Amino acid sequence: MSDARRLLDCPVRMPPKRIVLAHGGGGSLTHALLESIFRPAFANPLLDQHHDGAVFELPPGRVAFTTDSYVVRPLEFPGGDIGRLAVCGTANDLAVCGARPLHLSAGFILEEGLDTALLARVADSMGQAADALGVGIVTGDTKVVDRGAGDGVFINTAGVGVLEHELEIGPRAVRPGDCVLLSGDVGRHGATIMAMRESLHLDSDLRSDCASLWPPIAALLDAGLPVHCLRDLTRGGLATGLVELARDAQLAVVADERTIPVSEPVRGLCELLGLDPLYVANEGRFLCILPEAHADEALAILRGSEVAAGAVRIGEVTPKPAGRTSLVSAIGGERILHLQSGEQLPRIC
Amino acid sequence: MKFVDEYRDADLARRLTGRIARITTRPWTIMEVCGGQTHAIVRFGIDRLLPEAIELVHGPGCPVCVTPIEVIDRAIDIASSSGVTVCTFGDMARVPGTETDLLSCKAMGADVQIVYSPLDALEIARADPEREVVFLAVGFETTAPANAVAVLQARREKLANFSLLVSHVLVPPAMETILSAPDNRVQGFLAAGHVCTVTGYEAYDAIASRHRVPIVVTGFEPIDILQGIAMCVEQLEAGRHEVANQYRRAVQREGNRAAQAAVEEVFAVSDRRWRGIGDLPDSGLVLRSGFSDYDAEKRFGPVVCAEEASSPCIAGQILRGRAKPDACAAFGTGCTPESPLGAPMVSSEGACAAYLRYRGTATP
Repeated sequence: MSDARRLLDCPVRMPPKRIVLAHGGGGSLTHALLESIFRPAFANPLLDQHHDGAVFELPPGRVAFTTDSYVVRPLEFPGGDIGRLAVCGTANDLAVCGARPLHLSAGFILEEGLDTALLARVADSMGQAADALGVGIVTGDTKVVDRGAGDGVFINTAGVGVLEHELEIGPRAVRPGDCVLLSGDVGRHGATIMAMRESLHLDSDLRSDCASLWPPIAALLDAGLPVHCLRDLTRGGLATGLVELARDAQLAVVADERTIPVSEPVRGLCELLGLDPLYVANEGRFLCILPEAHADEALAILRGSEVAAGAVRIGEVTPKPAGRTSLVSAIGGERILHLQSGEQLPRIC
Repeated sequence: MKFVDEYRDADLARRLTGRIARITTRPWTIMEVCGGQTHAIVRFGIDRLLPEAIELVHGPGCPVCVTPIEVIDRAIDIASSSGVTVCTFGDMARVPGTETDLLSCKAMGADVQIVYSPLDALEIARADPEREVVFLAVGFETTAPANAVAVLQARREKLANFSLLVSHVLVPPAMETILSAPDNRVQGFLAAGHVCTVTGYEAYDAIASRHRVPIVVTGFEPIDILQGIAMCVEQLEAGRHEVANQYRRAVQREGNRAAQAAVEEVFAVSDRRWRGIGDLPDSGLVLRSGFSDYDAEKRFGPVVCAEEASSPCIAGQILRGRAKPDACAAFGTGCTPESPLGAPMVSSEGACAAYLRYRGTATP
């Protein structure tokens, strides 16, 4: 008897051990999946409305809205998993808009044959990450594709957040003389995924930095600091974040490589694989650009937050040449930073 | 990080650039042979810390750059046949062949796998005896030993589905070619440290004395390169032309005898076509006849080199140190890493890629 068949016949609706196409069919198996895995993991009053969508009031203020899809391979890695990534990543996109994350949606594309225990772990991890942030996963969807048409599970999350201040935060607000702060050491997430993918059994405590950035950003905003721009550093790493900042602000950014923290395990892996850690992905790091006069206070606040305890000043914004990012090298030489060409590592988040 | 930080020390770098400036009395042109050195020079801005009288020109030591287009076309043909996996180092997958490249082939469904070692390719062959697994064996003397070991291992295990498409090249003949050109400007060499870990540097004595050029075996970190330049300039200023070893922590005069023995057992020296440079006698390696079972050219048909088509790409000039990447009309405009005209724009050891990545299109 197939698992699906057994489920239909069984009075106690335990989901089968593997995802089957019928889990996405909208019938009893879809319902069973929702009740046995997603609803317990995400439990919140809006989800419990049992409606096609979540209906809620927004607090006063401007609203930020964002979406992101997650296709990371492997699904679980030291320091996180695709679920935690999907919650933190989308919440971080809201946070760097200066918005307090409020509600998330979650869309799942499951591959036939996926281990339901793994899906349950991913869902629990999402629930925990959302709880820690104080956001709810308030609506969702599940589809199943044939075996071979996906890779375990893909997740899309969208999120809304609210801006509880009057600041304009973004590249256009950046001014010459601003200081560039980095929230901690770079390259952990990409290096962790790479080490797993290449089956490099390294004797190190390499862990993804996957984390929510809202607590340190909230602390900066609560202190009333005139933050000009925030940028989370994901694919393409710190270098890409700096290059995009200079390009979008049409100002020059000068950073000093000697001030940029890179942990020993990440440096070691990058040396081994011939990668530049400045281009390696992060999932829990951001840049904060604000006037120099407030840099010390901002650094002190950031360092008081667990995820930004390693915050440092790495550079400054100058008027010219517009759009250019330069880096003072370890030995005092100069190089220009660019967007990387091609893909350093596909499916990192 | 140990063994890295001490070779990127800013104070030491300042002391070395100061010493080079003090001992330099006239212009000298020095070629770094290896593309890895070129990248370090541009990445750390080493050339801009030197006195103007010292010009660094970039050498041919980029294996991906000098691999003939016909070899890439052959690899693409092989990858396109069913039941075959082509394994390659990452850079090689992006180098343009005549029509396409290996990565595009992969996107169209060919089984192209990026590996870090020929032993990974061997593992793939072991796991699926029904599949033909072909490893694209390019590189200088540095990569030849691992490829030789892979062949020896395949023979020991009687793996019938593993072969190499060989396009190995040798450094000394390329240095000879550059020095023998009538318009040669190179007055001293930083020899490639990694190559010398395998080969040692006895073979350079003859080149140094015949052409009266100092040759300094040099490492890849900024301090290595600055020290190599200082050692080279000292000789040039004193009118000496000796082979010296800056990279003593890795290189011994006689090299790695075990690695040399493996290469000697599996490969024989032969003539080789260098992309952009031409046919150089005794400048490459081929599988010895006793190992022809592992020769992909025997299984899938030979690589046939034709006349090089004309192109706006000046890779040949760049690989011989006659031009810098930003002297090319196509640099950063018609030729970019996303849409390269030549291999030096693709390879992580290519001079054009280094200039574009670390300097952009602005003239340095």
